[in-house]
Amino acid sequence: MTEQSAPTAQLEQTAEVAPARRSTVRWVLLAIGLVAAIALPWFVYPPVAMDIAAWALFAISVDLLLGYTGLLSFGHAAFWGSSAYVTGLIAIHVGVPFPVAILGGMLFAMLIAVPIGYLSVRRTGIYFAMVTLAFAQMIYFVANQWHSLTGGENGLQGIPRSFFGIEQVETDAFYFYYAAVGLILLGAWAAWRILHSPFGRVLVAIRDNPARARALGYDVERYKVVVFVLSAGLAGLAGGVFSISHGFASLQELAWTTSGKVVLPVLGGIGTLWGGPVGAALVVLLEDKLATIGFDGIGIITGSIFIVIVLLFRRGLWGTARTVLQGLADRRHRAPRD
Amino acid sequence: MSAFIQYTLQGLAAGGFYALAALGLAVIFGVLGVVNFAHGACYMLGAVVSAVLLDVVGLHFWPALVIVPILMFLFGVLLERVFVQWLLRLDVLYNFLLTFGIALVLVDLVKRRYGVSGLPYEQPAGLRGQLHLGSLSLPTYQVFVFAFSMLVCVLVWLLLTRTRIGMIVRASTEEPERTRALGINVNRWVTPVFGFGIGLAGLAGVLAAPFRAITADMGGNFVIILFAVVVIGGLGSVLGAVVAGFLVGLVEAYGQAYASSFSQIAIFVLMALVILVRPAGLFGRQETA
Repeated sequence: MTEQSAPTAQLEQTAEVAPARRSTVRWVLLAIGLVAAIALPWFVYPPVAMDIAAWALFAISVDLLLGYTGLLSFGHAAFWGSSAYVTGLIAIHVGVPFPVAILGGMLFAMLIAVPIGYLSVRRTGIYFAMVTLAFAQMIYFVANQWHSLTGGENGLQGIPRSFFGIEQVETDAFYFYYAAVGLILLGAWAAWRILHSPFGRVLVAIRDNPARARALGYDVERYKVVVFVLSAGLAGLAGGVFSISHGFASLQELAWTTSGKVVLPVLGGIGTLWGGPVGAALVVLLEDKLATIGFDGIGIITGSIFIVIVLLFRRGLWGTARTVLQGLADRRHRAPRD
Repeated sequence: MSAFIQYTLQGLAAGGFYALAALGLAVIFGVLGVVNFAHGACYMLGAVVSAVLLDVVGLHFWPALVIVPILMFLFGVLLERVFVQWLLRLDVLYNFLLTFGIALVLVDLVKRRYGVSGLPYEQPAGLRGQLHLGSLSLPTYQVFVFAFSMLVCVLVWLLLTRTRIGMIVRASTEEPERTRALGINVNRWVTPVFGFGIGLAGLAGVLAAPFRAITADMGGNFVIILFAVVVIGGLGSVLGAVVAGFLVGLVEAYGQAYASSFSQIAIFVLMALVILVRPAGLFGRQETA
């Protein structure tokens, strides 16, 4: 079996738009994204808004691997969930302000990502997905067995939300959103920074042609481990925010169905960074809607979305929209020259 | 000593489920290049369909052992024709995601129809009680599961190595282009092979029905252990899938007996060790990286 370029390679459009216009578009999008993040709790129930933000960062962390490095991690529940637990444990037993607890959870997620990443990158393609999934399941069983620490089936209850004694943030989900969304935005910015650094360009090179990247002297495995650990850190950050927001951490956070949230970036469009948040917003709102009307077969809906997206819209919503818009822009751009 | 033999038997019986289902997974991967995430859901369907057929039409275990795998074969053919075939030319990850979606839908459909508590299925006549061998007394059903799954594995092995169909299937697994060049229509075998693999998962489900709790969730963890099995055995290898299936069953059973908290964890530790020592799996061919 020879190394092949990742499936997502052909998805990225090399747009023939003038650089100045591209950067204008980028700033406009960034502004829209920021406004959306700030305005969100005015339009949706604040705890749901927090869920959207947390899943958005989770989706970005998956996309960092899938869209830009060509690695499908099906085990990100391990990082999301273990950070949810560790964040909760720190908040309960140490009583530090919640950002510090989340930082602890995030570091723990990165710590366990080192051996998991080291072992998983020894296999590529579909094996990578299977191996990460299996390791995540292992973490699930560890949490399940370690009753005294994790509460086993009952999960970790009563996680406090202490924040320098500022009562509004500690009790009101609306103010808490603003206290926590900064962390999420920081995570998203970190992902953007990683991708637009020389390191990020090497990742894309590895995605597009691992053999060539290796021939150019890059240690492909080491790059993969590093980006895996960084991605685990972002997933951990998101999981920590989630567990503080909900006040509990359950085994559900570590289950393979949570790893299955790779649907979020796929739905939004892999390799686009913006796609993940779009997918997260749609799925969380939809699940919330279904839960309010008492529909208990969410898997039927999520699974069907998965099937339709993979069969018909492999670029995802954002990717499809971008292709269409770029097509329009190109046409208008060329018109005067004709 | 007799306790040890009992644990061994328990492991071999559980290994029988893994081996049969992993065999299906390996054959599908070999010919279609698809890792079927819905394999656990198909195993679950095999068990649920047997329980429902017993309840509704009074179809007993022995006929179910033949009829349910045939039904599952047809279901597999349907899945392949409606969904899987459209993505065969693309990267294998797409079908992985597709079958994951299918698994979610199947599990929740069963959950909505039959609830989360287990469906009843009593041990079939003739396989109840204990089998006495000298001073040993072993659960008859476990002996049967082990013997029967071994038998099926051997039959599949013979089918693959001793018949013309098997030869074509193996050839299209290993050298699809050259096989085509020799004038063999490889595509003709894609759909039946997918159905065959699903049928094997269904057969494992029927065997599990009298032995395990029949719930919609029974396939969730099962499929992940199957992935560990094929990673250990080497995904392209049919022999590897069978050997690793029994090996994982044994590890699980000894784990339950001697360190019950770690029985599931031990499987993944074994997988980690295999990846460290032989990344391509025990029977897999080395990837050129």
